[in-house]
Amino acid sequence: MLKINELKASVEEASILKGLNLTINSGEVHAIMGPNGSGKSTLASVLAGREEYKIEGGSVDFYGEDILEMDATERARAGLFLAFQYPVEIPGVSNINFMRAAVNGKREHEGLDPIKGKDFLEMVKEKSKLVELDGRLRNRSVNEGFSGGEKKRNEIFQMAMLEPKFAILDETDSGLDIDALRIVSEGVNAMRSPERSFLVITHYQRLLDYIVPDFVHVLVDGRIVRSGDKELALELEERGYDWIKEDITA
Amino acid sequence: MAYEGKDKVIEEVTGKSYEFGFTSEIESDKAPAGLSEKIIRLISAKKDEPEWMLQWRLNAFAVWQTMDEPNWPHLQYEKPDYQAISYYAAPKQKKQLNSLEEVDPELRRTMDKLGISIEEQKRLSGVAVDFVLDSVSVATSFKDKLAELGIIFCSMSEAVKEHPELVRKHLGTVVPTRDNFFSALNAAVFTDGSFCYIPKGVRCPMELSTYFRINESGTGQFERTLLVADEGSYVSYLEGCTAPQRDENQLHAAVVELVALDEAEIKYSTVQNWYPGDENGKGGIYNFVTKRGICHHRSKISWTQVETGSAVTWKYPSCILKGDNSVGEFYSVAVTNNAQQADTGTKMIHLGKNTHSTIISKGISAGNSHNSYRGLVQIMPSAANARNFSQCDSLLMTDTSGAHTFPYVEVKNPTAQVEHEATTSKIGEDQIFYCLQRGIDAEQAISLIVNGYAKEVLNQLPMEFAVEAQKLLSISLEGSVG
Repeated sequence: MLKINELKASVEEASILKGLNLTINSGEVHAIMGPNGSGKSTLASVLAGREEYKIEGGSVDFYGEDILEMDATERARAGLFLAFQYPVEIPGVSNINFMRAAVNGKREHEGLDPIKGKDFLEMVKEKSKLVELDGRLRNRSVNEGFSGGEKKRNEIFQMAMLEPKFAILDETDSGLDIDALRIVSEGVNAMRSPERSFLVITHYQRLLDYIVPDFVHVLVDGRIVRSGDKELALELEERGYDWIKEDITA
Repeated sequence: MAYEGKDKVIEEVTGKSYEFGFTSEIESDKAPAGLSEKIIRLISAKKDEPEWMLQWRLNAFAVWQTMDEPNWPHLQYEKPDYQAISYYAAPKQKKQLNSLEEVDPELRRTMDKLGISIEEQKRLSGVAVDFVLDSVSVATSFKDKLAELGIIFCSMSEAVKEHPELVRKHLGTVVPTRDNFFSALNAAVFTDGSFCYIPKGVRCPMELSTYFRINESGTGQFERTLLVADEGSYVSYLEGCTAPQRDENQLHAAVVELVALDEAEIKYSTVQNWYPGDENGKGGIYNFVTKRGICHHRSKISWTQVETGSAVTWKYPSCILKGDNSVGEFYSVAVTNNAQQADTGTKMIHLGKNTHSTIISKGISAGNSHNSYRGLVQIMPSAANARNFSQCDSLLMTDTSGAHTFPYVEVKNPTAQVEHEATTSKIGEDQIFYCLQRGIDAEQAISLIVNGYAKEVLNQLPMEFAVEAQKLLSISLEGSVG
């Protein structure tokens, strides 16, 4: 379970999150929507432990541990995954070697020996089917020369490899065509389980047709101002955010 | 523990002290400090050299006395007092060794600490190791196997005695005595080194490998290496170096000469990890090396170097592309950290028609270090249709380190094509965070990114060496040996 309580965070003196509360139970899929600049990506970065963001207050409990006390590596090893909006390229480092380092990092945390070469390759083969990631992409340098869709598929492939307890998808749908959107969503859906929860950050209701959320939250000016089920997303699609903003100020 | 910032991690990991800073206690036979005709005669006598060799040395000494130490490199160091250096030290180990088992146990332990146990080398299929400890070769393996093919691989002192005709024919033909201050010094006082000859049409079946090691406090090491690949032959030669921790600066002025006769190919790889001095730059090796090869018709010389050590490095492995259709290559990764300084690069001299050269240089600067690439591409009037491609990349790990590029291009033939690309970048925060988010720790993240950056060069190394080179990059920058 992830429990965010009154979380406040700033970047370069600017206050972005202003007391955010959110509880995500195991097995649940939550979607966060909101206008530009409302703090959606900041929330993802803060949860993942990006150091440019300063925590001004509040707490984040992750399966009984205060993750704000952990560094980014420890959070990842504890089972928190972030699918990046803009996955970076790492020239000269093959996707496979990169994932092997990541998988072994997690195994070390769990007190396991490094994975055997054969087991690892089998795992890669199995997981890459999930997002139709072909061998060519697996052996290339991390994200180097990948199309936008390939990068996002690679993110989901990595998620499948690391089997996190909780995954944040930060605008995974941005820059995807319909086919890639379907592939990525199917990959995510295949990973839904009672032990795993998701936080899906998106601007568009379209993604939520594929990945159907249990809850939808609206983030405005660093706070969750409205929560509902998937119908809320449809309403936002139709009416935009202004009516919610007006509601708040009213 | 919270992750407190990349800079701190880099500072911590790059601040790691030198892992190979141990000293082995082997008695040595050492000449008194200073350089004079008398000392040169002593060295020559100790080595039981023929008269022509002595005369060659004395001539070099006379030339050296007329020369000045160069001031043009982008380096700041206190010039050595050449009269305070001892020019000869040989381990007191008299008897000739036939097998590695006979080697002094202390020496074996030294090799083990370096992680280059010769058993392992043997097991790794076909690496003949000519282990040089303070100037005198103590163990040579695989010699018989090589002899069957007519390959000569021995110490320079042995070659002077056993193969004088080959040595006299080629010694000093690629790097003449008066080429520069350090080459003249080396010619006068060189104590040992390796000699290699590959006969016509022979493809050397194994990587030839020499491990150099400076062991005796206060002795300069002056290696002389000569490698001759006769027509149509091939050889891959590996040179790896580590040195024990010392408080005073140690001078190293080696000369390496490569001769690739018609249609021959020489691949020369170096991993250099000499003591770089402490974090303030105290101590450490002064590495002033002259390496050059000459390419005859359709031949090829490829230099690959991974330079992580030394306090000061001055080194430009070069190719003279004399023969038509000959090829020269230079692949380099140079890492500087703390107060290290490196001024390194290459010279590609195109004389023959259709000659091609490639330069790939990757500099990595950490701490307060300065890393300079200096390269010359010279297309002479005779070199019709010559081509060069140069790529010089610099990666900065800290705000306090420096990267400098000094490319010189001289084109005297209008049919030449010369390309130069250069980039300078700072290690990416986003790349590091991406790794961290995948559960990779900061040290390993930096190691991955740096090794990825240097991959084009590391790929040029033979497999076992590439692994060692990656380890060295990790030790130099991360502290974790992967």
